[in-house]
Amino acid sequence: MEQTKYLVVGSSHAALEAVTAIRMHDATGSLTLLTRDPHLPYSPTVLPYVVSGRSAPEGIFLRDEKFFADNHVALKRGTALKALHADRNAAELADGSEIAYEKILLATGASPAIPPIPGIDTVSYHVLRTLDDATKLNAAIKQSKQAVVMGAGLVGMHAAENLVKAGAKVTIVEMAKQLTDGYFDAVAASLIEKAFTDNGATILTGSRVVKLAPSAVGATLTLENGTTLEADLLLVATGVKPNMEYLAGSPVEHDRGILVSDTMQTSVANVWSAGDCAQAKGFFTDGKVMNAILPDATEQGRIAGMAMAGDPGLKHYPGGVPLNAYHFFGRHAISVGSSKVPDGAEVVTRFDENSGRYLKAIFKDGCLLGIYGVNEFFDGGVMCQLILRRVDLSAVKDRFVANPLAVGRELMSKLWR
Amino acid sequence: MGRSYNTIAFDAAKCDGCGDCMTACATVKTGSTDKSRSRIQIVGDESDGFELALCRQCGDPKCVTVCPAAALTKNFDSGVIEWNASKCVDCLLCTVGCAYAGIALDEGVGHVAKCDMCYASPDGAPACVPACPHDALTYITTSRIYNEVGDWEDLFAPGLAGCQGCNTELLMRHTLRRVGPETVLATPPGCVPGMGSVGFNGTTGTKVPVFHPLLTNTAAMLAGIKRQYKRVGREVNALAIAGDGGASDVGFQSLSGAAERNEQILFMVVDNEGYMNTGMQRSSCTPYGAWTSTTPIGKGSGGMPSQGKTQDAKNLPLIMVNHRCEYVATASTAYMQDLYDKLDKAIQASKRGFAYLHVYSPCTTGWRFPTDQNMEVARKAVETNFVMLWEYNPKDGLEFTRPVDDPLPVTEYLKAMGRFRHLSPDQISHIQGKVVENLAFVKQMAHRQSA
Ligand SMILES: Cc1cc2nc3c(=O)[nH]c(=O)nc-3n(C[C@H](O)[C@H](O)[C@H](O)COP(=O)(O)OP(=O)(O)OC[C@H]3O[C@@H](n4cnc5c(N)ncnc54)[C@H](O)[C@@H]3O)c2cc1C
Repeated sequence: MEQTKYLVVGSSHAALEAVTAIRMHDATGSLTLLTRDPHLPYSPTVLPYVVSGRSAPEGIFLRDEKFFADNHVALKRGTALKALHADRNAAELADGSEIAYEKILLATGASPAIPPIPGIDTVSYHVLRTLDDATKLNAAIKQSKQAVVMGAGLVGMHAAENLVKAGAKVTIVEMAKQLTDGYFDAVAASLIEKAFTDNGATILTGSRVVKLAPSAVGATLTLENGTTLEADLLLVATGVKPNMEYLAGSPVEHDRGILVSDTMQTSVANVWSAGDCAQAKGFFTDGKVMNAILPDATEQGRIAGMAMAGDPGLKHYPGGVPLNAYHFFGRHAISVGSSKVPDGAEVVTRFDENSGRYLKAIFKDGCLLGIYGVNEFFDGGVMCQLILRRVDLSAVKDRFVANPLAVGRELMSKLWR
Repeated sequence: MGRSYNTIAFDAAKCDGCGDCMTACATVKTGSTDKSRSRIQIVGDESDGFELALCRQCGDPKCVTVCPAAALTKNFDSGVIEWNASKCVDCLLCTVGCAYAGIALDEGVGHVAKCDMCYASPDGAPACVPACPHDALTYITTSRIYNEVGDWEDLFAPGLAGCQGCNTELLMRHTLRRVGPETVLATPPGCVPGMGSVGFNGTTGTKVPVFHPLLTNTAAMLAGIKRQYKRVGREVNALAIAGDGGASDVGFQSLSGAAERNEQILFMVVDNEGYMNTGMQRSSCTPYGAWTSTTPIGKGSGGMPSQGKTQDAKNLPLIMVNHRCEYVATASTAYMQDLYDKLDKAIQASKRGFAYLHVYSPCTTGWRFPTDQNMEVARKAVETNFVMLWEYNPKDGLEFTRPVDDPLPVTEYLKAMGRFRHLSPDQISHIQGKVVENLAFVKQMAHRQSA
């Protein structure tokens, strides 16, 4: 049986950071990277730009073969993990072969969650998670005249924008009352919505698709209120679910994701997990949360890699802080931190109709909990540190809200050298 | 070996927030004078002091790891984190990843922008640095030395038994790397053999032939060896690394004789101002007022309290100038670029005749300062003019290589270490007076020679 000291499953952000962290401390221990994707590593986040044609598929790869050779990493592409036999430290692959590991990292990310709507299996639809999804969608967009996007999260919104720009008539259907729910508040969402409607998209929030059926153009969608929509292109972007089917029958504890400690260790010895498939401590809550965003995948991947290699520099995971940057029709929205407003918190907002600049900051006990801006640029990384370090901003609050960019940098230059 | 890189250094104490650096940056990078578009951002205000928001070209960059489009990469040759406009998708995730505000949206063009140290410009140097009217920004280019030196063979054993924080290991390794394997090394009694040059258990600490002369005959023995090699037709570098005691006291006669005969050797003195290896006794290079184990602090005798050394130091490098050697220079490990330039010249000069290099070397143990302060103490010595960096050759005379026009008061140097802690105001003013006198003296020589 093939043997390896470190087995890293997945080839995206969490996995790649873990590889770097392992090699930082252990330059020679055998390391195998296993991914079900046939391509070199790339980020799902870049895929909307492959769909739009802005990013050439051959230019998006995060590492090349040389990187793996130079770092003595055995790269196995197009090979899925089928079952984890943690009791005997072995990984069973889709082709039935097994790899024995000393330590394994499960960084298998997530896949689109398909809602159980009657008729969904009778129509053809697109999803967007892999490069192959993106190249298919890129080809389909060029033909589309009337497209429907189900789900107004960031994936759906990105795709919708590209469809609009490609000249299709686009309708976005979203169950929640506002779009980008969970990322941005109602005011920010309405600014985003306006940018879309100004560009000709139709947005149906608070609407639920109850039935799908094949039709002459492609698919007919029936909404809860009885109206129907025709789609020659249907994109399902209603959320993601972690890839962890391979845990069936394994003792590795999982809930909504794979449960991990502050060093990304699972409930079972020699098994770690990081990224979109992991459920780890949240910064704002006591319980464990899914924080399926790219910066957190890298952070968790690094911690897992350091823990696996026994790097004494390891620092415990501080808890996931939501971070998002969203670019739409030449505008941008940035959100850092909690979107919830706990008891006793103070919310400060400012909005300038003319420029469309919107800022919202949430404070508690003088500390920043969250900050959102539309068309108002600030350094998200600096804001995140202010939150993580629980910096008391009482003395500078008014100035901070007036100019988070300048005041954030001022604080940064004094607080972390 | 890891690479080291050039860097932009910022001295907050010198910055008055004028913003000329930002104007210069915006001009070359955006063609506008809009400071908000500058890649270097001065933040803060008069009352609280100014600081910098600038890409730190991290060795382990977060912005690169969170970029989904492979648009940011660390260039391991220049050290610069490069932004590829054609790959960037404007997602702004890099700005969320960076905790230093080193990459930010340039609203003028709608893309992120960051400092690239102007490395692709014709002179390869950042535009902001020369624009600063107060020298608050400096472009530090010494990385070249470390990279070059790192590529040469290290001719010392991997482990050396130096005191913690001693700069002599740096000096020994750098010098030997530069002089190269075709070298015969003499290390008379002192810290250098103590650290292991002559080896342990029957093997040497160097990968070149090394010998251990007496304190008194180093220059004479080395001169003889060099002559023998010449006689058999072999070109070698004859190098001595000696302490100040061995050179300025009992070793002086043979040193002076070799210089007078213009022997083709390179004599390096590591001046830590005393016999530090044997228990910190005073030497003729120990400065006035300094504590050593033979110039103690205490009651004294005959009603004369003992307050450290009562004589001024001998200025050995100036004495060597008066031998009209092929090359004489003073150097400091706080100024490696300067030291390197001088080492190169000294090696060349030693092929023609006698070359003498006097390196000021703060002693963590004997001078009583924290082990992480060696470079700082060395730097303060120069910044106060307590020691001066100059070089001499018979043709061009004596020239300052790092003149200090606006010296700090000598107390800035004295208070950095314990051996001067007891000084009385009178002693301090004596030392300050000597600094002024020495400076005037060397200036006069510089002037006279060049005239
Ligand atoms: C269209 C889109 C836009 C996005 N935009 C943003 C954004 O703007 N900001 C943001 O922060 N995040 C965004 N995200 C989310 C972000 O991409 C993810 O958080 C991040 O990619 C998670 O990285 P990961 O390494 O955990 O997992 P993934 O990127 O999901 O990678 C999982 C890896 O595991 C492999 N794998 C899965 N199952 C198996 C198996 N059984 N065996 C072997 N290999 C397996 C996959 O092939 C893949 O290589 C976006 C995602 C999408 C799809």
